Amino acid sequence: MKIIVTGCGKIGTEILCCLVAEGHDVVVIDNNPAVVEEITTIYDVMGVCGNSADCDTLEEAGVKDAELIVAVTDSDEMNMLSCFLASRMGAGHTIARIRNPEYNDNSLGFMLKHLELSMAINPELMAAKELYRLLKLPSAAKVETFGKNFEMVEVKLKNESVLDGLSLIEFRKKYQINLLICVVKRGEEVFIPDGNFILRSGDRIGITARTAEIMNFFKLLGVGRKRSKNVMILGASKTAFYLAKMLLEGGSKVKIIELDPNKCAQFSEALPGAVIINGDGARQELLLEEGINETDAFVSLTGMDEENILISYYAASQEVPQVITKANRQEFVVMAEKLGLDCIVTPKKHIADVLVRYARGLENSLGSKVETLYKLMDGKAELLEFIVQSDCELNGVSFKNLNIKKNTRIAGIIRGRKVIIPSGDDCMLAGDRVIVVSSNHGMNDLADIVG
Amino acid sequence: MNKSMVFKITGIILQIEALLLLLPAVVSLLYRELNIVLAFLITAVLAAVAGTVLRLVFKPKNDLIYSKEGLVIVALGWVAMSLFGCLPFIISRDIPNFFDAFFETVSGFTTTGASILTNVEALSRGTIFWRSFTHWIGGMGVLVFVTAIIPNMSDRSIHIIKAEMPGPIVGKLVPRVKDTSRVLYLIYIAMTVVQIILLLCGGLDLFESSVLSFGTAGTGGFAMKNDSIASYSPYIQWVITVFMLIFGVNFNLYYLCLIRRFRSAVKSEELWVYLSVFAISTGIITVSVLDSFGNFSEALRHSAFQVSSIITTTGYSTTDFNLWPVLCKTLLLIIMMIGSCAGSTAGGFKISRFVIIGKTIKKECQRLIHPRSVRTIKFEGKALDTVTRHGVTAYLAVYAAVLLTVFFLISVDNMSIETNFSATVACFNNIGPGLDGVGPMSNYADYSEFSKTILSFAMLMGRLEIYPMLLAFSVGTWRKR
Repeated sequence: MKIIVTGCGKIGTEILCCLVAEGHDVVVIDNNPAVVEEITTIYDVMGVCGNSADCDTLEEAGVKDAELIVAVTDSDEMNMLSCFLASRMGAGHTIARIRNPEYNDNSLGFMLKHLELSMAINPELMAAKELYRLLKLPSAAKVETFGKNFEMVEVKLKNESVLDGLSLIEFRKKYQINLLICVVKRGEEVFIPDGNFILRSGDRIGITARTAEIMNFFKLLGVGRKRSKNVMILGASKTAFYLAKMLLEGGSKVKIIELDPNKCAQFSEALPGAVIINGDGARQELLLEEGINETDAFVSLTGMDEENILISYYAASQEVPQVITKANRQEFVVMAEKLGLDCIVTPKKHIADVLVRYARGLENSLGSKVETLYKLMDGKAELLEFIVQSDCELNGVSFKNLNIKKNTRIAGIIRGRKVIIPSGDDCMLAGDRVIVVSSNHGMNDLADIVG
Repeated sequence: MNKSMVFKITGIILQIEALLLLLPAVVSLLYRELNIVLAFLITAVLAAVAGTVLRLVFKPKNDLIYSKEGLVIVALGWVAMSLFGCLPFIISRDIPNFFDAFFETVSGFTTTGASILTNVEALSRGTIFWRSFTHWIGGMGVLVFVTAIIPNMSDRSIHIIKAEMPGPIVGKLVPRVKDTSRVLYLIYIAMTVVQIILLLCGGLDLFESSVLSFGTAGTGGFAMKNDSIASYSPYIQWVITVFMLIFGVNFNLYYLCLIRRFRSAVKSEELWVYLSVFAISTGIITVSVLDSFGNFSEALRHSAFQVSSIITTTGYSTTDFNLWPVLCKTLLLIIMMIGSCAGSTAGGFKISRFVIIGKTIKKECQRLIHPRSVRTIKFEGKALDTVTRHGVTAYLAVYAAVLLTVFFLISVDNMSIETNFSATVACFNNIGPGLDGVGPMSNYADYSEFSKTILSFAMLMGRLEIYPMLLAFSVGTWRKR
């Protein structure tokens, strides 16, 4: 499928990298020749240098036969205009990054409709939502929610974990918790475990279960904690704004530390419920004074990965129960994990997941297409949600009779309000939401799970 | 440097060459030249074994390559391919001497068309076919071919294509390197087939039209007669004239025509300069040789053929232009160095580089008059960045340096200066015939083995645009930390 990506910043690069890996033909547009040159030598894409809202540039990029255009330059208005022109020039679907909070209110729907946009993406809002989920489940390293109360959680087994040495079958017998350990990362390797798989301390495991069961599981691991009610945020970024807003609406206490007095003023105006501190968050004195010892959670959201990692490291050493670090560069994420920071959020990854899912949906316009897609364990496994269509040939066949592919597992079924952790006797029915985890990539139809 | 990747791809190239060697084997079989069939089969087996061993020994940990690896892969690949490509000549005893066979093969792959053979007509059919087929392979480039057919070679195979495709600016036609290579080869194959059909219409048999078309398509110049194209009918000569010109045009323009963007194709600055140089040179030569041919149409045919052959660095000839007036010979020597468009199968310095250098000179002159003037240089409607411009001027310097070095080295054989200089120019720019002692009706047989080796490397440098060879054979590239 032919896809045009405009703007090769952090997000644009991540998106095109994922789309190329998916096997799409990608053309990138950027107005900086040096950036285009570099991108085209690193990734197998074609580069066009120019203004992405200029018809000639779009034409040169082959907009006529592009099925999707993703506009992610740093200007919202530019993205809207590029998408609008592209859709008038024949592009199939258009996705624009619109991140200004002013556009992301009630007027967004109106704008989407009249600009003929297929979708608007807001990386900061998505990151904020992810952070919010994490703050609700403080022991998890990653949380994804399906439906109302079904969740997928990544958690790292601490040293001398009670689960060390248990096989999955023994675990189920011993604890009677209705959950599924569906993916395990050990070192650099990722497993989709079967019943005989033996857990070890230090493993990073992915589990699916109902929210209540997950709390029980955390208690069992000895890490069960109530949601964080007292949150300290470093850096007054857009993400911080969305997150603070959600937290305040949820009744938590929020304290934001920012160096720039103008930003502080803006924030205090927009978020009357939050405590805004004007000061340098890198100063430990200030953090102590503002009570880092008493907060439930510390979220580091400055624009600098290095600063986020180091200050988070300090917060962790002050025994803040939950420390979340934002880091955009993969190489830093790896190093931060070595420092012992296990809850790291990378906003651009989420966006890339959304686009990969969207592109797969376009490729499979019939059948049971992908509803949501998340990359797990640093992109080494995928979590996909499908809605079962009435004509799906797998309907009604119990799972033990299906020849499900290696490294693929059905991790959960949502049937109306009921959540099913599937066993061999279960089957899927039309209208179910089926959640599949797999370390094989490129699945775009529910029928792909059998081989 | 990712050496495993370099050697692995060299292995792939040898395996591909083994496959390609089967085609001349089939041709020899059809003509019942059994010992020649054997020579090709032995070589194919040797190349396949060598390639497989390389691939088994070198298992790269990752497929990351950078521009350095791209350059080295191309240089090593071409040398390895030439070394194996010359074995059929040696085994079949058609060209028993190794240095001669290597010269002939390099001349084939680099689409030079310089020969050490005194009597081409005595060769077996299979050998003639292989000589011309090497032109065809080398014309579009073997690594372009490899990237077109090998799945998932590397995400960054653009570095390899950039190193192999001639010209200052190498871009993609379509988003994927693999598809770009395929498009290029499809255009190449289609045009070759059209030429074969047109030659068949002129009364040639399939073998002869294929051999001549391969020589034209790769802008090579190996023919199957001692007098090159002289004894063919005017129709055949005109067909070849036109097709040489066609293969000297940037292939991107053909792609633009394919996707119906004719206007962008016709707007190409390089194309117009190329056609103008061709028209002006043909005009000058036609006028100056009018007396010796007697009638205008014949004079025009021979001048157009010779100019087309030289500017596209093919090297076919219909007449001994060595006997022409000095004005004509000098003009031919100059257009030898200019060459054709970037992104074509032709060699030489490339029209686009000349245009860029011309514009740079103009800018510098203007800067002397208006020291504070600000001026952007545009090429093909786009502003040229300084990196490209400096790259082109630096290339001119390297080009001159290599040319002079080769000229000096081959002077040990004590031939005339005209012979040596034209031989250097003709080999380095991948034309083939030069003037005087290496003129169109003579050949390179009189040079010593030393000079032949030097000229062989000059041909490789010319085809790969110097840097890959310089880099692959410098110590620093291979040094570990």
